Amino acid sequence: MSTVNSDLIGGPMSASTTGEPAGPDTTGRPSGLRAVGRRLRTGELGSWPVVIGLAVIWLVFQSLNESFLTPQNLSNLALQIAATGAISVGIVLVLLLGEIDLSVGSVSGLAAAMLAVFAVRNGVPDPAGIVVVVLICGVIGVVHGLIITKVGVPSFVVTLAGLIGWQGLQLYVLGPQGTINFPYEGFVARLTHTNLTLAAGWALGVVAVVCYLAAILLDQRRRRAAGLPLRGTRQVVLRVGTLAAGAAATVAVLNAWQGVPLALAILVALVVGFDLVLRKTRYGRSIFAIGGNVEASRRAGLNVDRIRISVFGLASAMAAVGGILAASRVYSAGQQSGGNDVLLLAIAAAVIGGTSLFGGRGSTYSALLGMLVIGSITSGMLLLQLGSAERFMITGAVLLAAVILDSLSRRGRRASGRE
Amino acid sequence: MAPAPILSLSGVSKRFGAVQALTDAELEIHPGEVVALVGDNGAGKSTLVKVIAGVNPADNGEIRWEGRPVTIARPHDATVLGIATVYQDLSLCDNLDVVGNLFLGNESVRFGALDEIAMERRASELLSSLSVRIPSVRVPVAALSGGQRQSVAIARSLLGEPKVVMLDEPTAALGVAQTAQVLDLIERLRDRGLGVILISHNLADVKAVADRVVVLRLGRNAGEFRMGEATQEEIVQAITGASESAVTRRAARVAGAAGTTEVDR
Repeated sequence: MSTVNSDLIGGPMSASTTGEPAGPDTTGRPSGLRAVGRRLRTGELGSWPVVIGLAVIWLVFQSLNESFLTPQNLSNLALQIAATGAISVGIVLVLLLGEIDLSVGSVSGLAAAMLAVFAVRNGVPDPAGIVVVVLICGVIGVVHGLIITKVGVPSFVVTLAGLIGWQGLQLYVLGPQGTINFPYEGFVARLTHTNLTLAAGWALGVVAVVCYLAAILLDQRRRRAAGLPLRGTRQVVLRVGTLAAGAAATVAVLNAWQGVPLALAILVALVVGFDLVLRKTRYGRSIFAIGGNVEASRRAGLNVDRIRISVFGLASAMAAVGGILAASRVYSAGQQSGGNDVLLLAIAAAVIGGTSLFGGRGSTYSALLGMLVIGSITSGMLLLQLGSAERFMITGAVLLAAVILDSLSRRGRRASGRE
Repeated sequence: MAPAPILSLSGVSKRFGAVQALTDAELEIHPGEVVALVGDNGAGKSTLVKVIAGVNPADNGEIRWEGRPVTIARPHDATVLGIATVYQDLSLCDNLDVVGNLFLGNESVRFGALDEIAMERRASELLSSLSVRIPSVRVPVAALSGGQRQSVAIARSLLGEPKVVMLDEPTAALGVAQTAQVLDLIERLRDRGLGVILISHNLADVKAVADRVVVLRLGRNAGEFRMGEATQEEIVQAITGASESAVTRRAARVAGAAGTTEVDR
């Protein structure tokens, strides 16, 4: 938030960690270690806990089963998280407002069912069908938002009704037949069964790093021209280096199997895109403001209701995108689409990734990181030939740990007079 | 005193159902002047502030801005005239940084994206011109002390370049040192030529910064004093409406015991 190039995996809070004191009266820059200590005590942790947790999970599974950190397994992991990850991006937006959306699982199933009916039964071209379905689901979310804001029903209840109701509509749309298959070589199926060529994968990575570097340099130049404090060179090198190393490792591993999955590229694009909207636009700033203090936002002249309604619309639209990706992965839409644990995992991912349940703190990267954690646990458990029982228990424990961390950090902020 | 008042109210009345909150209230503000508005709970201070801010327009009465009559029917009208209000409960978002809060709802945009650099520069200039001391304009306001937060809230009201600033109990929740910070800031607003309306319960604060004290009692003007010409007892008498009251009796008792008439400090 502080600059065009804030922390890649941090919300607006990360601005405080970018270090340079910029105030008219600077009391000096806290040293790195002391800053970390302060953040621990005061609850401005950002994405660090989940990154460390993910590293631990990977090391544990790798030590238990050598095929965990193989290109094949990691490529599968990337594919598995795409659909629920997209839904989780929408959940992050809703959580930032301090609200919840329990209907995203059902809406994603409904989206898959509608797309199947449009495209397979009625011959609507796939791309057009996808656009229409995402728009319809956006309208569904707007309806949720209207009831929540204009009637004043808590989002928990409205979307609980949606959870049940939209699942009913899904069954109704599918009709007695129950399951509709997508053709194996169709557009929908290819969404999650296409890999970028090796060259395209590398090109994508290079473009990302170059764009990030260019944005940082441009920002530094403008800051210098404006007479504002600059980032340290070491920090710039560290940030760009981290991104470059991460991108190179990801592309290299995925290319060692079948190339970067298109579905992963779509998920990452959604995560980055929404992150930019959240941190770089007035709209995104309003979402954070409303999550922080509704009354202050209203007094500042923000149209609180309209922003809330639009966020519920976006959440449902993202649920539709996730539902379509999920249907693509199994080549079909059925009565089970969007059911089971989709909703719970999408919410769990956002929270595990570090987005606060209390509103105003978080980033779309938590959807990606949280899904990586959940997907890694699932994948590791499968490799160890453990069943759903162990998987659920461990995922539950990780979620609990994340929520406890969120609550503790909130208490830390309070104790240090930050809330 | 400056030649003409920038804002003057006369004959302002306001009724809420059966309650006559204001009756023929009068108030004048000159540029570069701090006017304290004092009164007991329910005396009509907040109602008068809301009339000026356009939150609850007056039933009748005249408001003049720079000499010409104006109507303030909604908050927007007050803002356009150049009246800014800082409310008692700080309207800041704890999770946003100082820049984010200063420009909330009024962000600079460049090519469709927030222009953080322009906003940060303006924020730094504004805060340093007011000598507001904060560690960095990039810390979340949650990390600031109560006095710093109040200063940020006041600074935000100045972004619209108002001519009159109303502060509703700006020191109510603050400690001694933080109160001093805010009082310093109020003096700087006066030095900038702004008219400041200070609503306060704390007569010590009022004595410290106000040039003039306007007392309201039961919705009516109950006295007006130039600071330095009135004793605290006179002001208290005007607030309570009696020369003989619980407050004066206590003052006399304490004075008798201590052998001094100075009881306020």
